[in-house]
Amino acid sequence: MAADTAQQAKADLREPTGWRRTKNRIATVLMVVSFVLVIVPLGFVIVTVIAKGASIISWQFLTSDIPPSVLPANFGGLGPAVLGTILITSLATVVAVPLGILGAIYLNEYGGRGLLGRFIGFMADVMTGVPSIVMGLFIFSIWVIHFGYSGLAGALALGCLMLPVVIRSTHEMLRLVPNSLREGAYALGASKARVTVTVVLPAALGGIVSGALLAVARAAGETAPLLFTILTVTAPNPNVFSGPNTALPLQIFSNASQPYTGAQARGWGAALTLIAITFILMIAARIVTARFGRYSR
Amino acid sequence: MGDRTFQILTLAAGLLVLVILVLIAASTTDQSTSWFAHEGISGIFSKTWDLRTNQFGALSFIFGTALTAVIAVILSVPVSLGIALLLTEVVPRRFARPLVYVVDLLAVVPSVVWGLWGFLVFAPWLQTTVYASIGSFFKGVPVLGNLFGPPVGGAVSGVSFMTAGIILAFMITPIITSLSREVIATVPTMDREGAYALGATRLEMIRGVVLPHSQGGLVGAVLLGLGRAMGETIAVALVIGSSVTITSHLFAPGYNMPAVIANQFGEAFGLQKAGLMGIAVLLFVLTIIINVAARGIVARAARRGRGA
Repeated sequence: MAADTAQQAKADLREPTGWRRTKNRIATVLMVVSFVLVIVPLGFVIVTVIAKGASIISWQFLTSDIPPSVLPANFGGLGPAVLGTILITSLATVVAVPLGILGAIYLNEYGGRGLLGRFIGFMADVMTGVPSIVMGLFIFSIWVIHFGYSGLAGALALGCLMLPVVIRSTHEMLRLVPNSLREGAYALGASKARVTVTVVLPAALGGIVSGALLAVARAAGETAPLLFTILTVTAPNPNVFSGPNTALPLQIFSNASQPYTGAQARGWGAALTLIAITFILMIAARIVTARFGRYSR
Repeated sequence: MGDRTFQILTLAAGLLVLVILVLIAASTTDQSTSWFAHEGISGIFSKTWDLRTNQFGALSFIFGTALTAVIAVILSVPVSLGIALLLTEVVPRRFARPLVYVVDLLAVVPSVVWGLWGFLVFAPWLQTTVYASIGSFFKGVPVLGNLFGPPVGGAVSGVSFMTAGIILAFMITPIITSLSREVIATVPTMDREGAYALGATRLEMIRGVVLPHSQGGLVGAVLLGLGRAMGETIAVALVIGSSVTITSHLFAPGYNMPAVIANQFGEAFGLQKAGLMGIAVLLFVLTIIINVAARGIVARAARRGRGA
């Protein structure tokens, strides 16, 4: 016993000294530096967008028609783009979210273990990597060529981008629902469809909604899929099913390369509006997760 | 609703993923057959993209895509790995959460906003304060001068391969970071404690335990980042400079595959339009190959991490 304590007293538990310690310190400092390297540009982007965009944003800016680029910043606004973004993103959500949830139900409740289920799950992950511009040209060649430019075409392109994201996030959430819930419902004699719709889905609803909101936030900021599916207009087009439309990202893209300061200022205003929309959606997702998320990793 | 009907409905939604992927390949290929037929293999991989001579070779765009993506990965990987290690090994879990949110914010800033900022603010600043001094320093230096010096008969440009690569690096950092974190999280705590018990410092533990264990998954994460960097469109279209060139000069304006589609497809017709569609086909095939490889590697690493 006494010998043991003597042994412990001799063991050196202090931090290693010399070069080993220095190297360890350097590594930690480098990790912190890499974090800072990411924060600085992010901060610059957000501060610049707020500084340049805040002064132009007003009710008039959010609702007036788009003026010619040569006009100074106090003329007109981006009303048609705000309207287009809201309409097209909503339509894309209506198309993609239910389909994505159904696909995730298939992966988790029906075919997930089988070869086909695993293959679909894998390809859904791969599909998240398809470049957004390719998605735009895809909808151009199967839809726009035959039916013309419309908000609907843009919504289909955005929907194709959202689908795999929704499938993936919903699948993650369904996986977390404990099996005992399903077994309890089966014991009461419910069919599989009924168990899924009335027990499993409600149990995972918080996570599913927050995942869908994040997918919508990503989609709202996409430009490339809309470039060749909705064109641009300068007056609002409330009919999302026919005729060209416009959206905030498209206006930022075209205004960015204009030499006129008025157009550039409207571009910054549109950027601030767009970032505000995505942030609101993201915060909503966090609130939903915090309040209604029952199961989490 | 019948049980059977519901099952078929969900299966149909699942199959939709495969249908869309096949349709993308089929429809874009169908729209570009005239280009593939007209140019042939040698024409496709030639560097002349000229409306007047009706020659549309895609080589300079493929070059630009590869160059910008490689720059982005080289810049982003050490930073992403550093952040991932910081968040998993250094910062206590309680404080790591908000830091993760901050990194994810990078992914929330839309591509076009990166482009707007890159084009109007970042690129002019880079040109006058960074590229100009680096360019004059390396001017005439062998080898390095070809990379960092001003292009022959020109000056360094704010909108360039390098600027596109830097902006891409910002954009792919969140995805590489979050995947690396997932991979690193699969390292067994026992192994870490074992290394510490042997008296290793944190760096020695990371090099001896964390990195060897998560090597495969990290390679997958980097590949996924590469795939993203290749397909990213709008930000690059604004900051790459829109010049059909193949050059070793990183501070020269160039072009890449998504950017040329975004900039030219709207006004293109005939063979040019088919050519842009064909570039989309090449881009699709390229990103699918990279993503399949990356997802395969990540999935295998995850299985091994769970000990199955």
